[in-house]
Amino acid sequence: MSAHVLAFAESRGGELRRAALEAVTAARRIADARGGQVHAILFGAAGIGAHAAALGAHGADRVLVVEHAGFAQNNPEAVAATIAAKMSGYGACVATASATGKDVAPRVAAKLKVPMAADATAFEVKGEAITVTHPGYTGKILQSITLTASPAVLSVRAGAYLPVANAKAGEVEAVAPVADPAASRVRVTETAAGNTAKLDLGEAPVIVSGGRGLKEAANFSLVEALAGAFGNAAVGATRAVTDDGWRPHADQIGQTGRLVSPDLYIACGISGAIQHLAGMRTSKTIVAINKDKEAPIFKVADYGVVGDVLEILPVLTEAVKRAKAQ
Amino acid sequence: MKIAVCLKRVPDMDVRFKIAPSGTAVDEAGLKFDISDFDGYAVEAALQIKEKLNAGEVVVISLGGDVVQETLRKAMSMGADRAVQLKADGTHVDSFAIASALAAELKDGGYDLIMFGRMSIDTAHGVTGAIVAELLGLPCVNAISKLEFDGRTAKMRRELEGAYELVECALPAVVTIDEGIARPRYPSLKGIMAAKKKPLETKPAQLPAVRLSLDALALPPERAAGRIIGEGTAAVPELVRLLKEEAKVL
Repeated sequence: MSAHVLAFAESRGGELRRAALEAVTAARRIADARGGQVHAILFGAAGIGAHAAALGAHGADRVLVVEHAGFAQNNPEAVAATIAAKMSGYGACVATASATGKDVAPRVAAKLKVPMAADATAFEVKGEAITVTHPGYTGKILQSITLTASPAVLSVRAGAYLPVANAKAGEVEAVAPVADPAASRVRVTETAAGNTAKLDLGEAPVIVSGGRGLKEAANFSLVEALAGAFGNAAVGATRAVTDDGWRPHADQIGQTGRLVSPDLYIACGISGAIQHLAGMRTSKTIVAINKDKEAPIFKVADYGVVGDVLEILPVLTEAVKRAKAQ
Repeated sequence: MKIAVCLKRVPDMDVRFKIAPSGTAVDEAGLKFDISDFDGYAVEAALQIKEKLNAGEVVVISLGGDVVQETLRKAMSMGADRAVQLKADGTHVDSFAIASALAAELKDGGYDLIMFGRMSIDTAHGVTGAIVAELLGLPCVNAISKLEFDGRTAKMRRELEGAYELVECALPAVVTIDEGIARPRYPSLKGIMAAKKKPLETKPAQLPAVRLSLDALALPPERAAGRIIGEGTAAVPELVRLLKEEAKVL
């Protein structure tokens, strides 16, 4: 079995995603345990190769650059075919369990006819085997799963392996796509910004989230104002709120939505249904503001404030602005 | 249009789970089971397509012991035409093996569209649909939140982090369903009665050898007990101080 590891370096619109650096960081753990190299594979239109340096700076010994006009948009068929064809020289393939990584990784596993481990929050290399931890049952049960097939295909949860500066050669190798990207049966005709937030929920260090306690959609302006005061915050929502159309489904945090682990999570008017807690309970610091002091959210909150979220949010926003100005 | 919907029987998540003495399964005593959330959206989306075209067939398929018959009946009470149980007792953790058994059943079914939820709500791996598509050599679009047809072309929307894409693909195809596409209907009494007479075929699941192992289940470490620091706007200065000095996030 090869000790080398191939990391899927995802990009969008010509820009590298943080998920790419996370995949390289996770791949590094496996390669270092086995004394192998990390190669990152990067797909995009002409010019995407300019990002090879960033991948090298985060631990890629080599960057396989696959440039083709057909990779200007996501092209999971041609991407998976090319990765699978390259895997003969590698003992493992690592993707981040982002929307793009989750789309690509199982296709690669299926093409290689191997089982895969999905959405790992941690893993351990034990010789030729890799044991992953994967939270299931709305985060209430941790599965410990061992992959022994070679190559191992795994996806790691976004945020589980944060990018670490770890300069390696990052030597560039141009690679031709194995399948003609223009011939893919699935065609992405357009990629558009989905919400107006500047920061994505998966990348923001701070998330301010709102629930039914805000009483009406218009009051989300208070949540947005607090996020604005932080300057590095994204806005999330509960399933109840996205089901009612107050916020887009893409903003939903919970077992059936986004799973986030920011440094600071502020839950505004959120009671803390299990489905929501499953999406945010791994946040480093949790603040809860809710009028019901018995609400389950207070059981996980480092700092709970009991009271009317509509009164408290404007005062907190001003206080955060003052603290930031100091 | 002939549509297959693959669905999974899962426990209600709104409980405190216990681990069975084996250490590798959830203790099912007292749990209530239903169609997994996203699979329910897929059933509803399939029924809406059939109703809109006023033609076609919706077949629901589930792999598991005889307990999945109840889950399949539920989908038929919503309106699915018939059901197939791929009989396999015990718990199954190797998605590749499960996908192989599903693909063997779907292969010669003549389906125009094969639908899955984007993941099951219990084990939450979210890979089975894409693996089935690869094994069948069909195109696959994952985690779609909208689905329309222009003749034999499916037009879909897929949510990304902070963005979305519009995707097209000719049938036959495999799609996995995300939230937002359709809210599952409640079965009517008439539907429940009708479902009892609908065909439910049971055949052995053609499961290949399992090549990964579920070593153990564990309960996650509890967070430190929560702390209420005060009430109303009067608590704001203390909250800001703690965020600054203790949590160091401000």
